[in-house]
Amino acid sequence: MNVLVYLIPVSIFLGGIGLAAFFWSIRSHQFDDPQGDASRILTTDYDDHPRED
Amino acid sequence: MSEAQISACPACLAAPAAGSAAGARDIQDARIVLSLPTAHCAACISAVERALNKVDAVHSARVNLTLKRALIEADESVTPDDMIKVLEGIGYEAYELDAGAISATQTDRNGRAILTRIAVSGFAMMNVMLLSVAVWSGATDATRDMFHWISATIALPAVAYAAQPFFKSAWSALRVRRLNMDVPISLAIILAVGMSIYETAQSGAHAYFDAALSLTFFLLAGRYLDYRTRSVARSAAEELAALEVPRATLVDGTVRPISEIAKGDLVRVVPGARVPVDGVVTDGASELDRSLLTGESLPVAVGPDTVVSAGEVNLTGVLSVRVTAAGVDSSLHRMADLVAMAETSRNRYTSLADRAAQVYAPLVHILAFVAFAGWTWATGDVRLALNIAVAVLIITCPCALGLAVPAVTTAASGRLFRAGMLIKSATAIERLAEVDTVVFDKTGTLTTGRPELSNLTAIEPRARGIAMALAAGSAHPLSAAIYEACRKADVIPAKLSAMTEIPGHGVEAVFDGKPVRLGRATWIGAQPLPQTATYLQVGDGATVAFAFVDHLRDGAAQAVEALKAQGKEVILLSGDAPAAVAEIAERIGIDAWEAECLPEGKAQRVGELTRMGRKVLMVGDGLNDTAALAGAHVSISPASALEATRVVSDIVLLGNSLAPLGEAAQVAKSATRRIKENFAIAAGYNMIAVPLALAGFATPLAAALAMSFSSITVSLNALRLRARKKVT
Repeated sequence: MNVLVYLIPVSIFLGGIGLAAFFWSIRSHQFDDPQGDASRILTTDYDDHPRED
Repeated sequence: MSEAQISACPACLAAPAAGSAAGARDIQDARIVLSLPTAHCAACISAVERALNKVDAVHSARVNLTLKRALIEADESVTPDDMIKVLEGIGYEAYELDAGAISATQTDRNGRAILTRIAVSGFAMMNVMLLSVAVWSGATDATRDMFHWISATIALPAVAYAAQPFFKSAWSALRVRRLNMDVPISLAIILAVGMSIYETAQSGAHAYFDAALSLTFFLLAGRYLDYRTRSVARSAAEELAALEVPRATLVDGTVRPISEIAKGDLVRVVPGARVPVDGVVTDGASELDRSLLTGESLPVAVGPDTVVSAGEVNLTGVLSVRVTAAGVDSSLHRMADLVAMAETSRNRYTSLADRAAQVYAPLVHILAFVAFAGWTWATGDVRLALNIAVAVLIITCPCALGLAVPAVTTAASGRLFRAGMLIKSATAIERLAEVDTVVFDKTGTLTTGRPELSNLTAIEPRARGIAMALAAGSAHPLSAAIYEACRKADVIPAKLSAMTEIPGHGVEAVFDGKPVRLGRATWIGAQPLPQTATYLQVGDGATVAFAFVDHLRDGAAQAVEALKAQGKEVILLSGDAPAAVAEIAERIGIDAWEAECLPEGKAQRVGELTRMGRKVLMVGDGLNDTAALAGAHVSISPASALEATRVVSDIVLLGNSLAPLGEAAQVAKSATRRIKENFAIAAGYNMIAVPLALAGFATPLAAALAMSFSSITVSLNALRLRARKKVT
């Protein structure tokens, strides 16, 4: 059972990374247009090369 | 959607003025935001973005499909009108939105704060659930205690942060001695955490950390859905206000906000613009479209000393108006008083969720208290009794109830939004479901307010050619209708010279050395017809009449038919002349109609119907409808309506077509059915779980299962609404 000493902090830490990633995605407006993002994958506009910004 | 329909919208008639005013004002950054009510798929995104990006001055254009908007970064020289024309060219309706208002909603802190809280509670819930699974599957003694302590360290800060919205709402309700749904929620969360910590300290077997967290998580999810539905509607409704012109141009050319215009100022109104103030014409001659204020479909001639009201649209000539009332004193605002009186009736409506909460919250508290008192009396063990009371509170906690309404309204509003309707009021869908009588306004609602030439075939070809050429020289709606009809019939315009427009009267020119005139009967010297008409005279010859009928709005007949098929009574109330109203009523299939209604008359009629026990849906766009809209059980107005009118409406139609009305009524009905089903599901779970909890058999595992299952079934039931095939 001693392995729990490492496993529990590790699992919480990994979960924390996920949480941090989610915060980042909210801040960078990735949830502003879920419907559009779902549709955009169907277009062939930038299949050959990425969009130039 | 033809180009003609787009220009039919009265708000767009005002758009040129909005464009020039925008040019005069400082453009902070040339960000243009357009509303795209008809965009709905991947192909739309591509088409719109490609068309906009092709314009040289545009740096980038991006479509937001969720909000049906296009965001454009462009050079300062680009006006929204240019962009709207580009989109009309590829067949998309587009309206300008106020970029300033939108940037405020984009940094939408509220929505993101709820999402962050959901993330925190979700993260904590999963971690605590992992530890709890170990406890449920048999961890004992020191291991169990340690797991409970770790759970507590995660759960305490997570609940303190994530559940704040519930605590705040419950507190504000308690302070005014009321009970809302958040009171049992907050109590359950606080008691669950508090009791679990006590149990952990006592090495007890049961801790409800996971329950407290999943409760928070699911309820926040419901809250977010609710918020999202309403914020989309709210921001879009606010932005529609950008279609209005909140500025006036003074005669010396300066542009001022309406609020700074004083009595006695001289204001200039160019053709196509809306009159911004009440006043008296001092100079110029023109015709005014009063349809939004009175419902009259015929333009009215105005000259010096004519009294004009805010909201009327100037059609042909430039006018100088001496201001008699601006801002809050104007007739536009006086209408608002009528509205305020009518609105109280609306506020009396209690939503299904509130009615459920009123029954549910006291019941839950009584049950928990009974459990506590009963077990204390039976066993004398306060700790055990408290444990059971908390279990009852947690199990009965309205987790599924919290999701029951928002999940359904989100699905329903989403579906209606895709059909081009904006739900502004949270209870609009429930109220729409109860409607049994539909009252329509005519001008601007059932008709576009745009005339259509009806007797082209009866006119000899030479006169057609001359009329077409003359009509091309004027922006008057009747001229535009003649030109459009001739163009469709492939008429070749005659060659004219020396064409001049005489504002308020008509157009004249020279053809083959003879003067030709197209205009009002009094000016031409013709015998006026009973209906809307304009007259042509070639040389000294006989006058030729061009008669017009109102152009029906797209989908009007379809909507009326669909509503009648659903067994609703359809009534037409109009401020227009009887002949015009009767004609439209017959064309569209409405049996009951009234003409020459005053604004108060419409509101009274709606009030009478309401007193007879009818639930009235009012559909209207004019200021003369505003009081009736506010007094009706539920109201709908098209996007082309004045701001004041849209404000009192529960639902705004974004597109040009009325066709979605029939679908809306159906969706509303099935949405209300789903809400009631959801209540039944939630009640069913409670019926099984509550006796178990009261008997003391409830474990944290049972609580977690009951909660998750009821929440998921409720959400899935709501989603059925979304999945059903769209009726088109």
